[in-house]
Amino acid sequence: MKIIVCVKQVPSRDAILRINETGTWIQDRDLAYDVNEPDAYAVEEALQIKEKLGGEVVICSLGPDRVQMAIKEGLSKGADRAIHICDPALDNLDALAQARAMAEVIGKEGFDLIFTGLQSDDYGFAQTGVILGELLGVPSATIAMAVEVQEGEKSVRVKRELEAGWFQWYKLPLPASITIQSGLNQPRYATLKGIMNAKKKEIRKVTLADLSLSRELLTPKQKIERVSFPVKSKKTEIIDGSAKEAAAKLVTKLKQMRVL
Amino acid sequence: MSGILVFAEQREGKLNRVTYEAVLAGQRLSAQMGLSLSVALLGFGVDTIAQELATKKANTIYLVNNEHLQSYTPDGFSLAMRQVIQELQPKYVLLAHTYLVRDFAPKLAASMGKSLIADCVSYKLEEGNLTLVRQIFQGKINADVSIHDSAPILISFQAGAFRGDDVESGSAEVKALSVKLSAEEIRLQPQELFREAKQSVDLTQSKIIVSVGRGIKSQENIAIVEKLATALEADIGASRPICDSGWLPMDRQIGSSGQTVAPKLYLAVGISGAIQHVVGMKNASAIVAINKDANAPIFDIADLGIVGDLFEIVPALVEEIEKAKAEG
Ligand SMILES: Cc1cc2nc3c(=O)[nH]c(=O)nc-3n(C[C@H](O)[C@H](O)[C@H](O)COP(=O)(O)OP(=O)(O)OC[C@H]3O[C@@H](n4cnc5c(N)ncnc54)[C@H](O)[C@@H]3O)c2cc1C
Ligand SMILES: Nc1ncnc2c1ncn2[C@@H]1O[C@H](COP(=O)(O)O)[C@@H](O)[C@H]1O
Repeated sequence: MKIIVCVKQVPSRDAILRINETGTWIQDRDLAYDVNEPDAYAVEEALQIKEKLGGEVVICSLGPDRVQMAIKEGLSKGADRAIHICDPALDNLDALAQARAMAEVIGKEGFDLIFTGLQSDDYGFAQTGVILGELLGVPSATIAMAVEVQEGEKSVRVKRELEAGWFQWYKLPLPASITIQSGLNQPRYATLKGIMNAKKKEIRKVTLADLSLSRELLTPKQKIERVSFPVKSKKTEIIDGSAKEAAAKLVTKLKQMRVL
Repeated sequence: MSGILVFAEQREGKLNRVTYEAVLAGQRLSAQMGLSLSVALLGFGVDTIAQELATKKANTIYLVNNEHLQSYTPDGFSLAMRQVIQELQPKYVLLAHTYLVRDFAPKLAASMGKSLIADCVSYKLEEGNLTLVRQIFQGKINADVSIHDSAPILISFQAGAFRGDDVESGSAEVKALSVKLSAEEIRLQPQELFREAKQSVDLTQSKIIVSVGRGIKSQENIAIVEKLATALEADIGASRPICDSGWLPMDRQIGSSGQTVAPKLYLAVGISGAIQHVVGMKNASAIVAINKDANAPIFDIADLGIVGDLFEIVPALVEEIEKAKAEG
């Protein structure tokens, strides 16, 4: 089994976001970053399959130098090596253009399975894994809550989460692309030994020059022109004061509501 | 046709009601842009759904009847929808951003070299120019997205972006449209549809719910909100990450993939208010949020809010509640 896991680095959820002066993006200078949440589950799922069936887990991440942190996290947990697609011309593309760059690299690399998260926390396209499947000519399944590689490694059974508490199993021939939902396993922590081992693992850098993609294919067809904080549609009454004061005021309100 | 085409979603012979939200978006755009409006319904033996759709204001309902569309597969639906699009040549294709659409629409778009503008919450039309508004950073920020593409332009709208009840009635013509599909083209085999064993905790009947999110930081800290729940005689609920991490059991999860609740009071502690959480609790009579980030989306739907550190506020709140109770 050769599994490519696409790992995206995103601003950490706890980060307080501010909008830049031109109103075109967030101020990203001093932001803290994390691995996109479902991607951490994707890494774990890949590692568990490898431990059972053997093979290789390759992390693939597209982004600036800082994403090496996210790559190293995967390597420390046990991924074998990584591909870092790094070129300023590839930042801030739309899902299609970005996936084209990733698909070319992954296609050359070869794979049995591609795992992505189901959605990125920053752009939230919820598309990359499915587009990769289409561009690489393999079937895809989304929002996986379980992945079972079948006997003979010719197919995979995927338990898809549907709405309102429903699930459905799908069987797909391999190779395939699967988008992973959070919660399908318990991601491990990197051990000290893992962190030491990771230092020796290969991170292959790929730039635009290594790809045979025309400019046209990389031109985004949708562009963010302006960002803003959503206008609140409902009047929220903000209770201020110290913690103690706010708590006391809230209790008065709760009494008025007759919940106390 | 060069108009607007809406994808109607059905599964197992039932129309998904969010389809009407996309139809309403289509009705508004068609009126504003002077474009015709059609709806495409894909399936096998779903004529009655087509009749149902035909009672809405639209030009044509295209009924695509094919045995390979009986069970949903991303292969079958994207191949069929692509043929429909080629046949009708719409300028815009609108879809509701459901789990099913997430599963096939990116594939459909990519197969045509198109970029799906996904999960939009609204649109702006200025001098004939269409801009979409998408949420980024988990709903914390809105982005105005411009389109740099030729027809067909594919757009999906978040559930709740439009009020499906406002869809205009009328009468549309139902037309059959055939597509060519073969068994070999459908690589996935759908298997049984099922629900997990009955949940042991039923939060749908709860009067008060204290719900905890990732702001709580660790499993040990859950005790802090448990104390608050006890003081309020409330049930405890949680956002998905809390259940994913195993800090609380799955049946405490509230949201699109958890329970849908409507208590008298919903107290959200350290929950950001992502749409998938909000759909599960927005019908609470009163929503109170405690969050350190004044811009957290949860404050958009809360009636009362305290901006601050939950580790200071929650214990203070427990103390005040005990005091109030002692006073009677
Ligand atoms: C297909 C799909 C289905 C999903 N289904 C569900 C679902 O059913 N239910 C669900 O909940 N989610 C669901 N999600 C996930 C959802 O998108 C969000 O990721 C999730 O709800 C976020 O949980 P959270 O608010 O606890 O965490 P975060 O978004 O990380 O928010 C934590 C909040 O805590 C605040 N905070 C941090 N520290 C403190 C402090 N000391 N004091 C006060 N506040 C603090 C932060 O400001 C932040 O707002 C789904 C996602 C997808 C894609
Ligand atoms: N720049 C990137 N580098 C690596 N993986 C990515 C990147 N962008 C998206 N992905 C993968 O695609 C998934 C879905 O992202 P998106 O389509 O942006 O919502 C993420 O969870 C990642 O697994």
